[in-house]
Amino acid sequence: MPVIEIIKSLFEGFGVSLEIFALTLLLAIPLGLVISFGSMSKFLPLKYVSKFIVWVIRGTPLMLQLIIIFYGPGLLSTWANEMIANGTTNFFIEWLSTWAVMDRFVAVIISFVINYACYFSEIFRGGIESIPKGQYEAGQVLGMTKSQIFFKIVLMQVVKRIIPPMSNEIITLVKDTSLARVISVYELIWAGQAFIKSSGILWPLLTTGVFYLVFNGLLTVVFGKIEKKLDYYKI
Amino acid sequence: MSVLEVKDLMKSFGKTRVLKGVSFNLEEGEVLSIIGSSGSGKTTILRCINQLETADSGYIAVDDEVFFDGTQKKENATEKRKRQLLIGLVFQDFHLFPQYNVLKNVTLAAELLAKEREDYKHNKKQIHDEIVEKAKEILRKVGLSDKLENYPCELSGGQKQRVSIARALMLEPKVLFFDEPTSALDPELTGEILKVIKGLAEEKTTMVIVTHEMSFAKAVSTKVIFMDDGVIAEEGTPEEVFDNPKSERTRAFISKFDD
Repeated sequence: MPVIEIIKSLFEGFGVSLEIFALTLLLAIPLGLVISFGSMSKFLPLKYVSKFIVWVIRGTPLMLQLIIIFYGPGLLSTWANEMIANGTTNFFIEWLSTWAVMDRFVAVIISFVINYACYFSEIFRGGIESIPKGQYEAGQVLGMTKSQIFFKIVLMQVVKRIIPPMSNEIITLVKDTSLARVISVYELIWAGQAFIKSSGILWPLLTTGVFYLVFNGLLTVVFGKIEKKLDYYKI
Repeated sequence: MSVLEVKDLMKSFGKTRVLKGVSFNLEEGEVLSIIGSSGSGKTTILRCINQLETADSGYIAVDDEVFFDGTQKKENATEKRKRQLLIGLVFQDFHLFPQYNVLKNVTLAAELLAKEREDYKHNKKQIHDEIVEKAKEILRKVGLSDKLENYPCELSGGQKQRVSIARALMLEPKVLFFDEPTSALDPELTGEILKVIKGLAEEKTTMVIVTHEMSFAKAVSTKVIFMDDGVIAEEGTPEEVFDNPKSERTRAFISKFDD
């Protein structure tokens, strides 16, 4: 098998890994912000529900979550169809029976977004809660509204504080995309692994490490630049 | 006419009664110093008046208009926000906004308030220029004309506190509160802050100063209150309180500073 072909399919797999990475990042940040507001809410039911979700998601392996999100809907609709065949039916069972088998890629995105949003939410919460009360009070005595205080005063300080922990999580996310392999999404690891079976060569799989390494190197440089850019003030 | 009227202010934190009925009046141009040992409720008075804390009961009027009435239920947040503007507060540890330079720290609130003006859309540029000019003028007054572009982290404690005074002055409050303005500063930096406050007193700025600087309080105030355990133990002119204290408690407190 020509080397060029192998490299080409590694890049193909890497493209999918990047898609998972980018979509997760794009969707998990806003969702994480929502969850962090939930877990800081003064409305207790909302606070406890948010904390419960974070506990479950952070407390179980992402690999397991992937499997549940991917196989769960199909299993439920199969079960519902059996119930209907046996004569038991109601609105809920009929609704379940219409569930289709989940698309692999969609399952990956759903489980990654939920998983990372939970981790991000804790980083956001930590960042927001670390801003001293005095900053809010200073805004208050200067006649600012709550949203002005958040957007004009607090937010920038939070951003500066959370960049180091966020870059940590984001680098982990790059490597976690390889978990998509367990529900047979054709990403970088699988692209490399395929050559063991087809041609009995191991180096393509080993080479995938270079892709992760180079990409994370780039991210490290970018985060370093952002940190430097925000270095003009200290909190 | 009283600029500030406080009647029977009470406040507890949990089971601790911090203010047990505090009343006083302040006329325009007066400078009131509140002295007393830590935990006597000095800072809580300021925080209750400008509504960073909600007093349990009592009555506060600014310019003869009801500012806080303990018998009334909760009210509208916008009104409360507008009212807070009548009172400026300089914090003990500055609370400057670290991500903005000195000038922006001073102009930020004014710029945001200007957006609520009806003519804002038509005169954006002019309003902005006026605000910047005014801020520069105030910063010149507190001696920071050469620091406009600096960030708080580049300033000394005394400079930070002067920015924070300028920030409060920018909104032209009826009364300016100082919460131990020199307690976070080295003794050498204390002087520059006291000089600024003295300057404001000469311009007849109405002020309430919580302080541990006895000689300063004596020199700058027109009125002194000695707080002890949540009540006003002694009240009068600086001469009365410092030179002829009536209560034993006041005498004991003041003698500790005589050295």
